[in-house]
Amino acid sequence: MTATSTTPQRIQMADQALTGEARLAQMARTKVRRKRREKVIELVLLAAACVSVLTTVGIVYVLLKESLVFFSQVPLWTFLTDTQWTPLFSDAHFGIMVLLSGTLTSSTVALLVAIPLGTIIAIYLSEFAGHKTRETLKPVLELLSGVPTIIYGYFALLFVTPLLQKLFPELPGFNVLSAGLVMGVMIIPYVSSLSEDAMRAVPMSLREGSYAMGATRFQTAVKVVVPAALSGIASAYILGISRAVGETMILAVAAGMQPNLSFNPMEPAATITSYIVQVALGDLPHGSVGYQTIFAAGLMLMLLTLLFNLVGYWMRRRYREVY
Amino acid sequence: MAAGRTLGAQQMRALIRKHKRLDALFGLLGLLALMVGVLTLAALFAGMAIDGIPRLTGDFFTSFPSRRAGQAGILSAWVGSILVMLVTAFFAVPVGIYGAIYLEEYARKNWFTDVIEINITNLAGVPSIVYGLLALGLFVYTFGLGQSILSAGLTLALLILPIVIVTTREALRAIPVHVREGAYACGASQWQVVHDHLLPYGLPGILTGVIIGMARAIGETAPIITIGALTFIAFLPPVPFSGEPPAGVLDWLFSPFTVMPIQIFNWTSRPDPAFHQNAAAASFVLVFMTLGMNGLAIWLRYRLRKNIKW
Repeated sequence: MTATSTTPQRIQMADQALTGEARLAQMARTKVRRKRREKVIELVLLAAACVSVLTTVGIVYVLLKESLVFFSQVPLWTFLTDTQWTPLFSDAHFGIMVLLSGTLTSSTVALLVAIPLGTIIAIYLSEFAGHKTRETLKPVLELLSGVPTIIYGYFALLFVTPLLQKLFPELPGFNVLSAGLVMGVMIIPYVSSLSEDAMRAVPMSLREGSYAMGATRFQTAVKVVVPAALSGIASAYILGISRAVGETMILAVAAGMQPNLSFNPMEPAATITSYIVQVALGDLPHGSVGYQTIFAAGLMLMLLTLLFNLVGYWMRRRYREVY
Repeated sequence: MAAGRTLGAQQMRALIRKHKRLDALFGLLGLLALMVGVLTLAALFAGMAIDGIPRLTGDFFTSFPSRRAGQAGILSAWVGSILVMLVTAFFAVPVGIYGAIYLEEYARKNWFTDVIEINITNLAGVPSIVYGLLALGLFVYTFGLGQSILSAGLTLALLILPIVIVTTREALRAIPVHVREGAYACGASQWQVVHDHLLPYGLPGILTGVIIGMARAIGETAPIITIGALTFIAFLPPVPFSGEPPAGVLDWLFSPFTVMPIQIFNWTSRPDPAFHQNAAAASFVLVFMTLGMNGLAIWLRYRLRKNIKW
């Protein structure tokens, strides 16, 4: 959109002396200059928008490049089936299963906390709470996701673990349970706030219809609102799962970093993410196998998140309701 | 509700009572669930305050980390955090805002725009440690920036870019189309519309996004550990103009550094409880910074939503 029919005031004043042809020529020049400037600006803006695409390309490039070197030394099959993870020992084993078990156990514990609580909170805030309660409690809840994860790690290790040890005296100082529980609380706002948005987007007429049939608020919420908002709730769950799988610092601090092929949350374990931290903290020479393992682990993590995102995409389409 | 069966008045009343009780029960359950979150937050703060506040003296802010817990401080950590944040803001704010303007105001509807949009949605879901790996492979080794403040700042800038872009777009989208039409009708070019009208109107919303992004960045630990930030730094980056004239001004960009979260991580992972008190104190400072920023953003959002009426 350029101004073709209007004359900028400035030009009129400065060029009152010019008339006829000369004036038209000048206006044309101004217009060309202005068009060129607009084009340059648009290109600059486009370049800024492309930074995000370049980021993705960069991530894929780096992960694939280093992983390919890794897989040229460690066969993919051993990587997937070996039951030991000791990349830094002289007798090196690279069984990603060991790290995967830690990631899955901790995520499961976290989601067992976050999904029920998050869903209940979303239903409560959207269908039960009054306007005032919602406007005061929601920001407080959002603060939960604003606390840096390293502080949750500190909290899990030095506050929750001692508390749990009173319940289970044999619980070790580093364990997946306390890290997972704290992670779950951290994820609650991600689940609840997206689910609530989805529930609030359900048209009022559906609720009114349900109330008119004599349903209570609980019945309306569970039998009408939740099914109608299912696709949004599913995306909230998927977001929660990706957060849990990618969470790093809570696990690095509170779950210990010992590779342990076990699904028992009462034991210490290393996850994909905490292994990367562990290696980064040490002094591995650039280009060694140990250095490349973290990229292979990162690739695994990316594939896992991608998988969940695809499932989420499919669920959103499967359960979409259009009004 | 009972299908195909007639109920006596008595039974009907009992049924209604039962459902009303369920209703009240769920209300209670909702409050309880909310309390889990609120109480965790409260316990977190109380624990930190009890352990940390005695350590929050002036010396704590002006001392370097030390082997002796009682003498250790967070000087290099908070200076490092602020410098990294400067670099992050310097890159993320213009790139994020410009990118958002392009997508919202300029982009045509074609496959390339779709690619950018899907890509931004996906980037927001990438675990932060993966950004660390990207930075390690790309900034640290391929570009040769080293384990420096510049690498860390760039990494965090990429990390918060989706947040800045999404909130800026929302802010721009909320501006009614008649503002644009009015400006065009007066002969403004597209950039003039954006620069003179949309940016000022959108500024509060954009600011909110930038603050939320920065609050996220200042608390991020994993990507910075991954690029290999050191945990024990007992010096400050060089002050501008102290080095050789041509490069001296920007020497600090290439200096090794530590940041608040890494200092906390270091202290938390030591077995000596005296260091845990330091960690609590440093956490207190960090939480104060991030929650302060988050609170500001939430306040800004609620206030502005009330005030702007088109």
